[in-house]
Amino acid sequence: MVKDKKKLLIIILIIAVLPLVIKSRTVLNALVLLLIYATLGEAWNIITGFAGQTSFGHAAFFGIGAYTSAILFFRYAISPWFGLILGGIIAALVAGIVSFPFFKIRGHYFAIATLAIAEIVKQIFVSWDYVEGATGVSIPIIPRDSSFFTRLINLQFNERLPWVYLTLILFALAIFAASYLENSKVGFYLKAIRESPEASEAIGINPRKYKLIAMMTSAFIAALAGSLYAQYILYIDPFMMFSLDISMKIVLLTVLGGIGSVYGPIIGAAIFIPLSEFTRIQLGGSGTGIDLMIYGLLIVVITSYQPKGVIGIIETVRNRRNKNNDGGEGKGEAAS
Amino acid sequence: MMEVKEKVKPLLEIKNVTKAFGSLKANEDVSFTIHENEIVSLIGPNGAGKTTLFNCVTGFYPVTEGNVYYKGENITGLSPYQICHKGITRTFQIVKTLNEMTVEENVITGAFINTNRRQKAMEITKEVLETTGLTEKKDALGGSLTISDRKRVEIARALATKPDILMLDECMAGLNQTEIKDVMNLILKLKEDGLSLLVVEHIMEAIMPISDRIVVLSAGKKIAEGNPKEVANDDEVIKAYLGGKYHAKNKKS
Repeated sequence: MVKDKKKLLIIILIIAVLPLVIKSRTVLNALVLLLIYATLGEAWNIITGFAGQTSFGHAAFFGIGAYTSAILFFRYAISPWFGLILGGIIAALVAGIVSFPFFKIRGHYFAIATLAIAEIVKQIFVSWDYVEGATGVSIPIIPRDSSFFTRLINLQFNERLPWVYLTLILFALAIFAASYLENSKVGFYLKAIRESPEASEAIGINPRKYKLIAMMTSAFIAALAGSLYAQYILYIDPFMMFSLDISMKIVLLTVLGGIGSVYGPIIGAAIFIPLSEFTRIQLGGSGTGIDLMIYGLLIVVITSYQPKGVIGIIETVRNRRNKNNDGGEGKGEAAS
Repeated sequence: MMEVKEKVKPLLEIKNVTKAFGSLKANEDVSFTIHENEIVSLIGPNGAGKTTLFNCVTGFYPVTEGNVYYKGENITGLSPYQICHKGITRTFQIVKTLNEMTVEENVITGAFINTNRRQKAMEITKEVLETTGLTEKKDALGGSLTISDRKRVEIARALATKPDILMLDECMAGLNQTEIKDVMNLILKLKEDGLSLLVVEHIMEAIMPISDRIVVLSAGKKIAEGNPKEVANDDEVIKAYLGGKYHAKNKKS
């Protein structure tokens, strides 16, 4: 566990130093998106990677977080920081209320139910005047000459750099939370539920209770990422925020990186986001979807070799090397 | 002897339990008790309703009629996890190893019922691994184990919950002679440690020497109960196992 913490710190340090070396706006933009998607992946990993309940509807929680802070700022000029927390709480409550009855259904059916939830939430937002319906919300811009402090309170910056660090802090919180959870009682219980619901009940685990904890934590983190995303791009509409596209990207990048591992989402995002930004810049509108095509191919290739994704391949290689090393040492001892 | 036992309050009391699947009665009016520090075995031919009874007692199936009492408290209708919290833990005939977790992680998951702290759970796990002889294999993935090790893990995980009653469902099936001996010794050791056990088993030569009492089910009904010797000589039991045609006493007449 201490080793894990060290590894996590190294990852975070690398990302923290990166924007100081490379100052290109394109790269910084990719880095912000990468961190937001990695955070979403961490959130999704808790309910799907740990607890084994596949969610295809995480865009719902992402969108709820985005809308809460955006609407509070748009209508009442309330600081997005407050909206960020409130959005997290609302998303967690929504997740709890809608998924509780679904925990009775297993496997694919749960996945279909979450897919439906995201669509329902989208339709509600499309026809809801209070949240500007299908027009979407343009977040009011504060004056360009505002002090840094005002900018921080209102979460609007002229440069990309503060965004890199804000999203990095969020990602760090998410990955440490996931890592802590993984090594705690709740983490073990979630994995037991994933492996065998019957066996876990027999050893005193209430599956519904722990799935609920996982779902609510997951939704909370996803909503925080949503709030930051809304403030970053300053415009949201239901089709963009609650799209199947976002739900699927979360799933795909975590699966490629390594499902059930806290390193999975960041590895997946580090491959996917640069790829998608690169194709977008090179090919423009005509290239829409090419990133997903390449990415899909990568997933097919990697997961057919190792179901646990990139992290699984790294582990396999390391185990093999360790085995070889052990063999070498054994021989050395025998010789001496 | 029997009278003395009746006066002592039973730990687990199964009272007139009936379980029907549609018109099929898998258990019909079954009653028996388990006292403290006693090994009770449940035997019977295939399809006699042993596992069904297990599922009824541990809350995996709702009971159609009748009640289950634990320390005088009615636990009928409670959820499996609630029953486990009361102090009854079961294993499964078709082992449910947590495949993507190591042996140690399998066991620690059971231990967490006693504590929220990982360190404390780890202590319990170490002890249980030692008792069940799994210490050497603690880092192996559940999915990579042989059937006999899986059965061991099944017992270890249940033991880690520190139950008062351990219910073992055919934990010897598929094991070889040495492995069966190991499990028999383990069961006796657990009794020494103060546990009560309800054991479902097919292998008679394993069950006879370790049981304090044997309950025989046939076609869902209890046909006999008593100490191993009484049961082995019971007409009904021999008929159930060998069929009336081959009953030794029939031949004589």
